[in-house]
Amino acid sequence: MKYVDEFRDPERAAALQQRIKHLAAQIFARRGRPLQLMEFCGGHTHTIFRYGIEQLLPDSIELVHGPGCPVCVLPRGRVDDCVALAQRPEVIFTTFGDAMRVPGSRQSLLEAKAAGADVRMVYSPLDALALARKHPSREVIFFALGFETTMPSTALTVLRAAGENIGNFSLFCNHITTVPTIKAILDSADMKIDGFLAPGHVSMVVGETPFHFVCDHYHKPLVITGFEPLDILQSLWMLLRQIHGGYCSVENQYSRVVASGGNDAGLNAIHQVFELREYFEWRGLGSIDHSGVRIREQYAAFDAERKFSLVNLQIADPKSCQCGEVLKGVIRPWQCKVFGEQCNPQKPLGALMVSSEGACAAYYNFGDQQALIRLREENGVSV
Amino acid sequence: MCLGIPGRIVAITDADKLMARVDVAGVQREINIACVVDPGQAPDSIIGTWVLVHVGFAMSRIDEQEAQKTLQLLAELGEMQEELTAMQSTAQP
Ligand code: SF4
Repeated sequence: MKYVDEFRDPERAAALQQRIKHLAAQIFARRGRPLQLMEFCGGHTHTIFRYGIEQLLPDSIELVHGPGCPVCVLPRGRVDDCVALAQRPEVIFTTFGDAMRVPGSRQSLLEAKAAGADVRMVYSPLDALALARKHPSREVIFFALGFETTMPSTALTVLRAAGENIGNFSLFCNHITTVPTIKAILDSADMKIDGFLAPGHVSMVVGETPFHFVCDHYHKPLVITGFEPLDILQSLWMLLRQIHGGYCSVENQYSRVVASGGNDAGLNAIHQVFELREYFEWRGLGSIDHSGVRIREQYAAFDAERKFSLVNLQIADPKSCQCGEVLKGVIRPWQCKVFGEQCNPQKPLGALMVSSEGACAAYYNFGDQQALIRLREENGVSV
Repeated sequence: MCLGIPGRIVAITDADKLMARVDVAGVQREINIACVVDPGQAPDSIIGTWVLVHVGFAMSRIDEQEAQKTLQLLAELGEMQEELTAMQSTAQP
């Protein structure tokens, strides 16, 4: 576990910590209950655990770890679709490494590969396109995954494939969107979020404007945040400053990377290739309106869903799995009945254990194990 | 996938398709630069620029100092190796 003195700039960290404590105490005196602040993005969750940021915060601030880890929220039915596609003899199925171990209802992609399916890890969708050029007699499918951060890369790859008339390349599109999901969180009855740390790299693509509704309609503060530990502390302080001052706005702490208008070329590519789906299914959260994109009719030739007539079966998570409650912040990861014992990073039962950005894996890898066992016993979680 | 890694553009490999070679901590590979070249700007003019690279695409320009700081942090955290290995595995276009 890291502490303030291990920060790159310990003095600044300590100063921010003091300011946070000071403001949080005043806010608590007024409200009488802790603030719940959500970091939406899995990258932030990772930094928070890596640096033990929660230990630096007073009890009057609770961090709720949001659903912003694309691998973690992938429903089992979608993984089954991947496996079914990968098992077709003509298919080379390409994916980012993170997605290999996500459990489906029968197999993960890694297990399918071990059983003989042609599954290949790629670093970039461009690598998948290169494979399609190299193997014209095979169908190369790229498993497109991620929020708006990675959408421009797949959109530009489709545009390139179209430009070169490559007929044996397609996307299995599972891109998801940030803004409708934040809206669903704000509308949810069991969540009471007082402010958001917004994802820095999603904002790098979409800019500040799409987040304005959080302040305009829900009157919650939101700060676009970078990924270093000091970025997170500073953004938490900015959120508190708004709450304390009784106002809310979209602030950009990560302006060294995020332009207020986002990235034009990236947005253009997204709009050219993708359109919103009516709804998309999330693991643990269920269906959320407009929370995913699909390929436009014009590029149907590059859509694996159309090419192979996939029907997107819905398959419920295993009964013992409490990923949904963790994703919504209703329970903490260590409160899940199977945490650590039946579900751990070596043998994940739920997706939150798979990715290093998943909240459960973060607790498992960086949490104080003894303290977690104690907490589980104290809270009567049967071990 | 979501975090990205800083690299420096060292050469333009295909000006029409907006492809360039980037150097990330000594590992070089070809990436797409469509998102960091402004309309009407000559691709050559971004040689030497530091960019944040996500899954083979330069997504944002960053200043050198910032880039070095991030690289150092990722290295300290032991989080650079995985990304570099993935990059290297397909470095030959
Ligand atoms: S411990 Fe496993 S099953 Fe339980 S919430 Fe976490 S990932 Fe899901």
